[in-house]
Amino acid sequence: MKTLVIAEHDGHTLAVETLKTINAAVQLSQPIELLLAGEKPGEIVNYAQQIAGVERVLVADNACYQHLLAENLGALCHDVIASGEYSHVMAAATTFGKNLLPRLAALLDVGMLSDVIELVSADTVIRPIYAGNALARVKSNDSIKVISVRASAFNTVEVQGAKSAEIVELNMVHNLGLAQFVSQETVESARPDLPAARVVVSGGRGLGSKENFAMVEQLADKLGAAIGASRAAVDAGYVSNDLQVGQTGKIVAPDLYIAVGISGAIQHLAGMKDSKVIVAINKDPDAAIFEVADYGLVGDLFEILPELIEQLDG
Amino acid sequence: MKILVAIKRVIDPYVKIRVKPDGSGVEDTNVKMAMNPFCEIAVEEAIRLKEAGHANEVVVVSIGDQACQEQLRNALALGADRAIQVETENTLEPLAVAKVLQAVVGQEQPQLILLGKQSIDSDNNQVPQMLAALLGLPQATFASELVMSDDTVTVTREVDGGLETLNLTIPAVISTDLRLNEPRYASLPNIMKAKRKPLDVLPLDTLNIVTSARQAVDEVMVPPARQAGIRVGSVLELVNKLKNEAKVIE
Repeated sequence: MKTLVIAEHDGHTLAVETLKTINAAVQLSQPIELLLAGEKPGEIVNYAQQIAGVERVLVADNACYQHLLAENLGALCHDVIASGEYSHVMAAATTFGKNLLPRLAALLDVGMLSDVIELVSADTVIRPIYAGNALARVKSNDSIKVISVRASAFNTVEVQGAKSAEIVELNMVHNLGLAQFVSQETVESARPDLPAARVVVSGGRGLGSKENFAMVEQLADKLGAAIGASRAAVDAGYVSNDLQVGQTGKIVAPDLYIAVGISGAIQHLAGMKDSKVIVAINKDPDAAIFEVADYGLVGDLFEILPELIEQLDG
Repeated sequence: MKILVAIKRVIDPYVKIRVKPDGSGVEDTNVKMAMNPFCEIAVEEAIRLKEAGHANEVVVVSIGDQACQEQLRNALALGADRAIQVETENTLEPLAVAKVLQAVVGQEQPQLILLGKQSIDSDNNQVPQMLAALLGLPQATFASELVMSDDTVTVTREVDGGLETLNLTIPAVISTDLRLNEPRYASLPNIMKAKRKPLDVLPLDTLNIVTSARQAVDEVMVPPARQAGIRVGSVLELVNKLKNEAKVIE
């Protein structure tokens, strides 16, 4: 039996979360195939061939897969799986994977295992429930296991620089015409991507305004960090929603997470409590964030942040 | 146009949950329950579409025992017209939930089906996508804006890199994200009125759906606790600790 990993990309680059998913797939010790659908994904194919552990790259090159719409892609994946001996289908638990995999699972008439943090065996996984306040060990009795992988729980697979994987061109076109792509608004940033960053600096309601949030950005730049935010900061319009860390936003586990002006609601902790080192800066000594922080500093962030930025200069 | 909204009764999001000592699940007796927050947003959106003249009926459906009628009545008090309880004592897996909802959609023939993007108990984020697949309908997950026209709906989705806008033919399945709207509160007169609105009870076994479990939860565990941290007295001390003790900055 084989594992099918479904590639996520933006038309030019393979998502780092896909590399982490492949590393999770390696643990199953069976051949791994990567399904790469898109319009003219040539440069990604070259790169994908070099990924350690991937035996074959299945390429579906057609305009109908350009924006990775779940309807067309789901039908394609269903076809590929029906024609092969796959026991496992995996993708990262990003908005792409979350959108696609349940649709695919239903087409296959199997259940799904969401946001898995550990593969215990071929049919048993561990996944967080209740905003990460409990872990469930779940055994699937389905013939095909459809699994989305929490990328922050796995390392990135090696890309070795030699083209070892075989390319298989798929001539499968599924243009269902149910949904049309209209537009996208991508948030441009020179900073590291939130899920991949080694250091994350997050701001919350305590910042008070969008202008003040610039201090968080300065601190992040000083540390080469990505920026995150609590729901309160996003709702108040300080930053865009794709920077929200938490149960319903991004899940991160960086080496260092600095929470500034964030109280530490259950829903926020769900997105960052697996960080290696957590620093909390908050004026409320009773804030819940201090319960998970390795280093807590109680005080006014408007005094602390400038001083911290200055100290890091020295 | 008719809108169907699926809602779920869950442990209140502000409750700090406790794992049962025998590892069989999470303590749910004498715990405050509520409508799943994402479902509240779905109900709100349906009501707003009705108020804007895009819909003439909003039907809410929930699957569960008698207790879930509380959440259905709540949705009726918020402005839904009619409720359906698919009655079962069992907790169904997402695929089974999607199959039940598929049957309800077959009976009701709504043009729009709204659901929350995930329930905050199981955190699966599966049912809307599964339902769309079973019905062969388009899906727009994680919606933050919704614009109706005659035979399509334009949906802006919250995706990892920012926002994406799609045009879907209707009928369509849409799952709601946090920023779609701000749900309203039920007023006392509306809570009273909701008691007289129709609530149909549909026993699960009348639907002839196979809902047997595909998965077994072997154990529910408490996640490893973090070691207690320390409070530092100054920025200087913090920087020193991060450099020399935790060694996470240079």
